[in-house]
Amino acid sequence: MADMSSMPEQEKKAEGKPSAMTRFKNRFGLHSARDVVEFIVHTLFFLCGFVAVACVLFISAYLVISGLPAILEIGVTDFLLGEVWDGRNGEYGILPFILTSLAGTAGAILIGVPIGVLTAMFLAKVANNKVAAVIRSAVSLLAGIPSVVYGLVGMMVLVPAIRELFGLASGSSLLAAIVVLSIMILPSIINVAETSLRAVPKEYEEASLALGATHIETIFRVSLPAARSGVATAIVLGIGRAIGEAMAIIMVSGNVANMPTSLFTSVRFLTTAIASEMNYATVGSLWRDALFSIGLVLFLFIMLINVILNVFIKNKKED
Amino acid sequence: MDAILKTEHLNLWYGDNHALKDVTLEMPEHQVTALIGPSGCGKSTFLKTLDRMNDLIPGVRIEGKVIYRNQNIFDPQVDVTWLRRHVGMVFQKPNPFPMSIYDNIAYGPRTHGIRGKKELDQIVEKSLRGAAIWDEVKDRLKKSALSLSGGQQQRICIARALAVEPDVLLMDEATSALDPISTSKIEDLIADLKKTYTIVIVTHNMQQATRVSDRCAFFLHGELVESGETEQIFSVPKDKRTEDYITGRFG
Ligand SMILES: Nc1ncnc2c1ncn2[C@@H]1O[C@H](COP(=O)(O)OP(=O)(O)OP(=O)(O)O)[C@@H](O)[C@H]1O
Ligand SMILES: [Mg+2]
Repeated sequence: MADMSSMPEQEKKAEGKPSAMTRFKNRFGLHSARDVVEFIVHTLFFLCGFVAVACVLFISAYLVISGLPAILEIGVTDFLLGEVWDGRNGEYGILPFILTSLAGTAGAILIGVPIGVLTAMFLAKVANNKVAAVIRSAVSLLAGIPSVVYGLVGMMVLVPAIRELFGLASGSSLLAAIVVLSIMILPSIINVAETSLRAVPKEYEEASLALGATHIETIFRVSLPAARSGVATAIVLGIGRAIGEAMAIIMVSGNVANMPTSLFTSVRFLTTAIASEMNYATVGSLWRDALFSIGLVLFLFIMLINVILNVFIKNKKED
Repeated sequence: MDAILKTEHLNLWYGDNHALKDVTLEMPEHQVTALIGPSGCGKSTFLKTLDRMNDLIPGVRIEGKVIYRNQNIFDPQVDVTWLRRHVGMVFQKPNPFPMSIYDNIAYGPRTHGIRGKKELDQIVEKSLRGAAIWDEVKDRLKKSALSLSGGQQQRICIARALAVEPDVLLMDEATSALDPISTSKIEDLIADLKKTYTIVIVTHNMQQATRVSDRCAFFLHGELVESGETEQIFSVPKDKRTEDYITGRFG
């Protein structure tokens, strides 16, 4: 930016004592109408950028302030490791929710990652342009479907199917939630993994082919390892998406605060616990405060995932 | 004279672009054949055709024969992975895989089914020695190959090509990205390697062609203008165009 010394000499002498307005302009290096516009737009950009920062700070602070007291009142271990949740009757153990969220996410990753990464490999390295275009638009449609629709279809199709297939009293289960989640995380995994596979330099693949490796061997042994940090990023994004989902799985998981002892148990996740009880808990009660505490725990999980994600992205830049 | 590799009336089109025109050339065993000619005359295209790396490019049409050990490589029964295993390629830009030095060299043998650690260790050492880089990297085989200098990377790539025990080694301007010292190391290496392998190089450097090659082939606009002993080509070229090129009058 221009400083005082760039002001024309005569102007300084002629003015003698500069007016307040001139002093202000000079202070910010504003010498012309264009400078003023620049200044305004810069300020606008800064304010817009600051909105995001302010929101994050506000949400973090709000969650800590409203979530921490209940945790302290219940006791950290009783809260995190307690196996029984019964808000009406003063039982506030959220271990079932934590374990369910972890199991649901792990299951979704276990199913979604292989399918997603293989799809990405197919799109980036094997499929011809037409086939790839069809699959790619299907994937982006998948990404655009609202989660309540996933929930509806899951409820109408998947839950009865699981009930019939395994001869259960009810098909609403951890398994149903895992299947829905693994489909929901596919688009982000496919997109990120495909982008990183495409970015693998052609020279690597040529070198492999020139050594007598087949096309498929080359994809698995050269392209995939070369794209590993991108694939890792895709997986972490998938985890983030799965652990934060509520609407779709509340409709297929039975929504009972059980420990996730088997794939067929009806379960409740960290997210769905908050969503399903917030309307019933009396304002000001410990029950309601404990729901905010669950929100805080979920928030910490997401923060952790973001930290991991940043580490991967940083590693990728250093590669 | 034993031609281990030869082309007969080889024509190649990239779409409508007739990039190789009726090229008939013999590349004798245990000799270095240098392909020279101005940019865009088809040297790389010719070289890539020899191990069918052109197969990857859409729109390529090839006529004529490439005969490797009495076998036309375009015959349907020829397995292209078999061919590429025996006719290795070193590229212009050093392109080691983003893996350890060891894994780079072991990549080819592993691809061809060698799994034993001891056997792989032996192959890795032998190949690195063969590419005259063993002493420089023997203490850091587990380090990434990308941490080496450009000249070292190129020798890693040569070692990687040697590890599958090829017969013929194709090198497309393998020293053009390197400094003079690395270049002369690789030239010495080529002189050494030809005892074991048959070598075909592409070069823009006339001194290099005279230093390392036994035979020379001059290409112009996709045509093979002249080929023969390097000494003869550089002292008494038969074709006026060859003379103009090697004396630097065009190109
Ligand atoms: N992948 C390709 N697709 C279409 N045309 C190509 C392709 N590769 C090369 N060509 C064309 O074929 C001709 C010969 O190219 P080639 O790369 O073989 O030349 P070269 O002699 O190796 O040149 P240089 O010395 O610059 O490397 C050129 O006209 C080039 O434009
Ligand atoms: Mg070339």
